[in-house]
Amino acid sequence: MCAASHVAADAVLQARGVRKLFGERHALRAIDVHVDAGEVLAVIGPNGAGKTTLLEILSGAQRMDGGEVDRPARGVGWVPQQLSIHGRLTVEENLRLFARLERVADIERSVAAMLDDAGLRERAGDLVERLSGGYRQRVNVAVGLLGDPAVVLLDEPSASLDPRQRERLWSFLERRAAAGTALLVTTHDVAEAWRHADRVIVLADGEALFDGPPAELPRAGDEADFEAALVRFLEEQGH
Amino acid sequence: MRWLALKDLRILGRSPLLVATLLLYPAIVALLIGLSLSRGPDTPRVAVLNEVPAGERTIAVGPASIDTDRYAKELFSAVDAVPVRDRKQARELVQSGEVLAAIIVPADVTDRLKSAINLSGGPAPQIDVIYNAGDPLKANYVKSLIESKVADANRVLQTRLTEISAGYLGILLRGGSFAVLGNDFEVLGLRHSKEIIDATLGDLPPDSLHRAPLREVSDFAQLAIDNLDLSDQVLAAVAEPVGIRREVLDGRDTPLETFAVGVAAIVSLMLVTLLLASGLLALERQDNTLRRLIRGLVRPGALLAEKALVAGACGTGVALLLLAVVGIFVPLAWERAGLWALAIAAGAAAFGALGVALGVVAREVQAASLLAFVLSLPLAFLAVVPQGAVSAGLFDVISVVSALFPFEPALDALGDALGDGAMGGDLLHLAVLAAVYGLVARVALPRAAA
Repeated sequence: MCAASHVAADAVLQARGVRKLFGERHALRAIDVHVDAGEVLAVIGPNGAGKTTLLEILSGAQRMDGGEVDRPARGVGWVPQQLSIHGRLTVEENLRLFARLERVADIERSVAAMLDDAGLRERAGDLVERLSGGYRQRVNVAVGLLGDPAVVLLDEPSASLDPRQRERLWSFLERRAAAGTALLVTTHDVAEAWRHADRVIVLADGEALFDGPPAELPRAGDEADFEAALVRFLEEQGH
Repeated sequence: MRWLALKDLRILGRSPLLVATLLLYPAIVALLIGLSLSRGPDTPRVAVLNEVPAGERTIAVGPASIDTDRYAKELFSAVDAVPVRDRKQARELVQSGEVLAAIIVPADVTDRLKSAINLSGGPAPQIDVIYNAGDPLKANYVKSLIESKVADANRVLQTRLTEISAGYLGILLRGGSFAVLGNDFEVLGLRHSKEIIDATLGDLPPDSLHRAPLREVSDFAQLAIDNLDLSDQVLAAVAEPVGIRREVLDGRDTPLETFAVGVAAIVSLMLVTLLLASGLLALERQDNTLRRLIRGLVRPGALLAEKALVAGACGTGVALLLLAVVGIFVPLAWERAGLWALAIAAGAAAFGALGVALGVVAREVQAASLLAFVLSLPLAFLAVVPQGAVSAGLFDVISVVSALFPFEPALDALGDALGDGAMGGDLLHLAVLAAVYGLVARVALPRAAA
């Protein structure tokens, strides 16, 4: 039940004792994380808990002040919280550009497969800046999955989506997980983590308070309101 | 890097309005700057030296005289005159830039003027002007100013010489003393000649042999013919009594129109390259792709180099196109086109590096564009402020600021390429600026991406 209670067995990504300071403030305090092949790991917690910082450190986009990270040889896919694709390129041009930069072996085949997998085929020739938020986020996620990385880090990928788009996104992600890709997802939505994650890490004020299956989240099973359960849990932990 | 460059060019291609603006705006600004270059400082500092001894500054011409001090005062009236001891000091002041030019009235000018007026032969009187051609704007202004003032002074002399010429005509009419080539002649004059001829004709018997009076008339006629032969020299002396002998320091003499062409090309290069380099990098920040790219897809240095390269290539293309178009109307040394391209490419590298440094600072494209405009135009104008137009201290400050910005060295390099100067020092200067701005951008990039 406590943090780091789960031992890395077949981890494709593993981090130990990750620490990060912003001035005097501890953003992350000796966090241990691992994610296995095909596993969906959700990192949940309130704003300012350190979720985005953790993902950025795991992706290599940000330096840490202590600890170590073992990344897979096949690379780490990263889907930042904000859209990070070129608005003035079409969907297909974005995928092709990032596939080239990722040095994907068969670019045309990978791009075609990603257009189909992400449900973007019909909008392949549209400029990204003219797409709806849901489509843009799908392109954003698709770019992170190019190059077939062993693990993909997604920072609140469903935050700006309506329920139907959210389900489509999760359907897409679960297909990738079923194919063996490890997914580490941060989210505010506890119910979403409950439904889709194999394992959950609860993060608050840079500390990992819980690491285990969603069903083992304290009292979650007793309450219909997952968020209320999380708030109660955090309060019990002094956060 | 190649794919990013192609991506950036594709994005540019999808913004025809932006491309049209990038082509037209620099051309308009360049033309406006070129027009503004037609004026220089109102009272430039000029070293003055009158080598004519104080007691020899008045020329006697028959009964009349010319005071050359009055002539010199006219010459020096429009400048902030800085008296100097000798030619050496004058040359040093010009070389150091403390004065725009030096005007020297040589010791022999009064003798030559006297000879010209008395038709004694010998070289025409001249004053010496020394100026520094390192700054074509300044040099052209000095040339125009001094030539204008010499013309004014010549007009003063013309008035005096006209009076003297009128005296000669009076002698021809009424008779009197006349000096040519150092010999004095007693001139009979047309009136006396007519009286003698009339008297002789009245008394002359048909077979008279009064040869002597007729010989006298004949001699006068011959003298009149000779004087008419010399009249072109008299008129030349009146038209331009004193000429100018120029000495150029700093080894080159770039015409102002070539300088203005260089300014137009470098302004275009600066605006296109700065706007594109800063804008393309800021676009990566605005699209939030910067962090994704430098996380491992592209090396930060390569990303910056790509932006600077794309922007520099576009800027170089626009500047060369402008030179080619202007070259139709202004004579340019096409055989040195390779050197133009080298100078512009070096300038593009420095402007590109500065542009990416600005792009790192700005969070979005609009801010980057505004920053590029706000910074570049005033610094470009500073770089063309002529020496002598402001105080020496302020000019030193301007020089230091201009040296930190690529405009002035790029302009100097292109000026050398368009003229016949050596641009090695300017290219080195641009390379140093490119390296420094590139380093600043590289150091600041991770913070910008965070």
